[in-house]
This record gives sequence, C-alpha cells and structure tokens, in this order.
Amino acid sequence: MSLAKGQPLTARRTRPGKKHGLIWDIHTNGYSYLLVLPAFLYVLVFSYCSYPFLVMAFEKFSYTSNLFNSPWVGLKNFEFFFKSNAALAVTWNTLKLNLLFISFSTVVSIVLALALNEMKNKFILRVNQAVMLFPNYLSWVVVSYMIWTIFSTEYGILNHILATLGSKKTINWYMHPEYWTTILVVMRVWKTAGINAVIFLAAITGIDDTLYESAMIDGASRWKQTWKITLPLIAPTIAIITLLSVGRIMYGDFGMIYSIIGDRGVLYSSTDVIDTYVYRAFRGSTGDPNQATAIGVFQALIGFLMVFSSNWVVRKFFKEGALY
Amino acid sequence: MKKLTTSKVLIYVLVSLFTLVSFLPMLLTLAVSFTDEDTIRTNGYQFIPAKLSTFAYSLIFHGQIGGAQASVLNSYFISMIVTVFGTVVAVLITAMAAYTLANKRVKYRNALAFYFFLSMLFWAGIVPWYMLNAMLGLKNNIFALIIPTLLFNAFNMFLVRNFMDTVPDSLRESATIDGANDLFICFKIYFPLCVPVLATISLFYGLSYWNDWWNAIMLIDNKNLYPLQYLLFQLNSQVRMIQQMQSITGASTYHTPPTESLKMATAVITIGPIVLLYPFLQKYFVKGLVIGAVKG
Repeated sequence: MSLAKGQPLTARRTRPGKKHGLIWDIHTNGYSYLLVLPAFLYVLVFSYCSYPFLVMAFEKFSYTSNLFNSPWVGLKNFEFFFKSNAALAVTWNTLKLNLLFISFSTVVSIVLALALNEMKNKFILRVNQAVMLFPNYLSWVVVSYMIWTIFSTEYGILNHILATLGSKKTINWYMHPEYWTTILVVMRVWKTAGINAVIFLAAITGIDDTLYESAMIDGASRWKQTWKITLPLIAPTIAIITLLSVGRIMYGDFGMIYSIIGDRGVLYSSTDVIDTYVYRAFRGSTGDPNQATAIGVFQALIGFLMVFSSNWVVRKFFKEGALY
Repeated sequence: MKKLTTSKVLIYVLVSLFTLVSFLPMLLTLAVSFTDEDTIRTNGYQFIPAKLSTFAYSLIFHGQIGGAQASVLNSYFISMIVTVFGTVVAVLITAMAAYTLANKRVKYRNALAFYFFLSMLFWAGIVPWYMLNAMLGLKNNIFALIIPTLLFNAFNMFLVRNFMDTVPDSLRESATIDGANDLFICFKIYFPLCVPVLATISLFYGLSYWNDWWNAIMLIDNKNLYPLQYLLFQLNSQVRMIQQMQSITGASTYHTPPTESLKMATAVITIGPIVLLYPFLQKYFVKGLVIGAVKG
C-alpha cells in the first residue's frame, strides 16, 4: 500500500468512499476528537447557543412570554436607545476611557521598560519588578477599597494631605464627575503598567547585543541607541499589544467601573460606560431587558468589527504575533 | 567604568517612584485594617496607625458581620472550592483540546481552531448570557460560580497549542509505532512535557476564578454562596448605604459595627492567597504572557 506524504507509518484501514471526510477523520483519530469534545461542547453551548437570544433585541420580550412567541417590534428598541441622550454619552465615555487607558498605559510602560533595562543591579531590578507587578493581580473590587482610602471625603488620605498643606476646604471627591476621568486613568495605569512594562522589557532583552555594541563603537550615545535601535525593534510587540486592546475598544471594563463607581449616579456623566448602562438597563427596577439586548447587539456588532479588523491587521503585518 | 550620571540617577529615581506609588495604596489599606476604629473617626486614614487594633480581624474569624449575615470565612471557603475545582477542570479541558489542535494527524484541526477563534470574536452580551445560564439552571448554586465564562478560555488553549507545536512529531510517531493511542500520548507524553505552559494557564485560570465576582453578581442571591470578592463588593455598597442614610437623617453615631477597619481587613485577607502564590505568579504568569505577546 503506497503511503501519502505525512501519513503515519502504521497502516490504517481506510473506509471506502469518503477517504478524507470528517467521518473518516473521526474514525481515524477518534481519541483526539474525544479529547477536544469537552471544549467543543462548552463553546457550542456557551458561545454559539447564546446567539439565538439576540432576537430579544427585536422583540418585546417579557418574562411571562416565550422567546419565540413575543411580539416583534423590529428596530424599536434600538430607536429608543439611540434617541435617548444616554446613547451618545455612554458610547463616548466608553471610547474615551478606553483610548486614554490604552495610550497612557502604553506610554508609561514603555518608559518603565526602557528604564528597567538600564538598571544593572539585578537585585534592585527584581525587587522593583515584583512590587510593580503586584497591583496587576488584584481584583478591581480590592482596588476600589484602596481608591476609597485615598479619596474618601472624611477619612481619605488625599484630603488629609491637602489639609496639612493648608487648604481650607475639603473636596468631596465622590461627588464631582469631572475628576474621575483622570482618577480612573491613573488607577488603570497604576494597575496595568507593571505587567506591560515587563512584557516590553522581555522584548527589549530579546534584541541582539551586537547591535548595541556596533552602535557604541560608532559613537552613538545611549539615548541615540534607544531611539534608533530599541524602539524600532520592539515596535512590533507594542503594535500587537496595542492592536489587541484597540479591538476591545467598544467594551468598557465593567469590573473596574462598577466596583469603583457603583451606583453613584452623580458620577455617571464622565464614567458611565456601555457595559454599566446595559447592566442597569437589564437589572435595574426601571430596566428593560429588550433595550439592554439591543444595546448589546450594537456593542457586539461594532465590537466584532473592531476585534476582527485588529486581529486581521496583526495577522497581516505581524504574522509571528498572531495567535490564530 | 561606573559613572553616576544624571541620567542614571534619574532612571533609578523614576523607577523607584513608580514602585513606591505602586506600593503605597496597598500599605495604606493594610495600615487601616490594623487601626482602631475610633482613631479612624478622629484622624482619618493614616499610614501609621495611631492606635493598633486587631478587632477587625477577630470579627472576621469569629463570626458574622452585622447586616450582611454572611461570614467572611464562609465566602473564603466558597472561593477556595470554586477556584480549585474550576482551575483543575479548566486546565484539563484546555490542555486536551490543545492536544487535538496540535495533532497534525487530525485533518480538521484548523477548522476546529477557527471554530474556537470565532467564538472569541463575538460576544452576544449580558442579556443572552444571563438568559442562557438561567435556562441551564446555573443560578444560585455552586456550578453557577464555576461553569459560566471561566471554565474555558480559547486564548489559553491557543497558548498551550503553540507550546505543543514545539514538541517534535517524531515523538508521537515512535509512540504510535509502539502501540500507544492518542489518550496515552496526550496524558503520558505531552502533558509532562508541557508542564511550564500548563503551570502558566493554571495561574491564569486560578487568578480569574479567585478575582471573579461577575458570576456572583449576576447569578447568585443566596448569601451562603457569596464568593469572597462579591462579599467584599457588597460590604462596600452596604456600608455606603448606611453612611448615606446617616448623613441624610443626621442620625448621630450609635456604635456602628467597625466599618472602615473591617472593610480594609476583609480586603487584605482577600489578597492573602495571591501574596502566598506570588513567587509562582512571578515565574509562570509573566513568562506565559511574554511568550504569548512576544513569540520567541
């Protein structure tokens, strides 16, 4: 029996007819298919089987009626959302916050990575890294407590410091939406810059030392070396990480925002994102699950476009970095 | 030649500053948890407690928190169970699937990869998610904390698959000649070889489970099933509600249960296991992310 290229050496009885069809494959590699079955089923049930529920966006569903018996209202739920002032506000907040998160976090972590790279003392380097990385492992609920210790009106350390410096008035931080864009961005950087810096540092470490040596022979300063060698060579890594974040730009970080801001309506104007809005639309007493689904559809559609295109760009230009 | 140039000093200062800023909020939380409640009311939060007290911790370990009716220890137990079981099952499912995707003899492995990849691109939103889970009976029971969202992550699977791709095929070929089937090869050959990446995804999954409160907030009403993070979240909002009510009604402070130090103490013990696992986290978590992001 002649063997096709790549076939295992053991002879296998092939079924007549469908030589390379799916059934043949399952028959031949039965155990492999068995191994992938749990994951396959999980994704089938929890991802793909959730999509039919999206019809709720086009219906007036109530908890007493059936998914497929509810009256069809077409695009009314979408209309309701887009006509409201909230649509623009929460979408803008989501995009704005995510853009700020991505840009500030990237810049700070690159600067940190470059700085860490210059540190020759390994012990100091490791201690700094260890402390810097710790916030990344905390949940936002825990971080929200830390934010409270800083910004609490009565007991917070910030007001205390301000008072010590001579300020006459105490600022009620949790009542002023205008501060919170900055606070959220700062806390975001605080939590994520460490891990990103370490990733970038790893990329920097991967750069060939001989490049730096020849640059030094040519008389280039350390700064020039950084600018001309380091940054261009880690640009792909930066691009990949940034692109993957940009793909998720339509998705606000519910865990972060809701644990910090919670139900403080006064802060919604600057901090309410699509995800928290949808949450309230769904769970709140004045909520409308149909509208919530409609907004979810809106978010998922644009989100899909963003994720798909950013992944496509990564695959096209940074083949080595693509996951799939 | 070790010159102490201004730029070198600047670099060390910059890094130290960031490290300090990373550290201070955690230190403050720790300090407040050990501070006597009355001194908090007079002095506010301080880095160095005016008066030390472990009252908050004793309250945690000895009983119920007034109002919430759920004990911290109970939530700790729930979180532990969910994290351990969830992580073990998740790693198993993920690694098995990765094996199949890395198995070059499976003709449809790329189609399978695309199947998983596609699910990563499109999320239907919270309403379909909730309706599906409710329909499946994943509400107010322990499975509601383990199964939804967290039990399988395609990203982690691709990570393992990419690692498995580096294992030479000749290993599988010779094993097959010796009579081994895929189950044997997967568990007895590939898994031992892939321990680093399995350790990495264990930490990824473990951390997601430990830090999760989304499943709880959406699917759990029963106070006995509150995981630790969700309890922490509730503690914050309840206390806030009480404080809001006090400021509205102007009620003078009868002796309220220790709110501030108790909150901080609960936050501190929530971080507990993370601190214990920190060396492992450093080693495998960072490495895994680096491999995923930098790719060789």
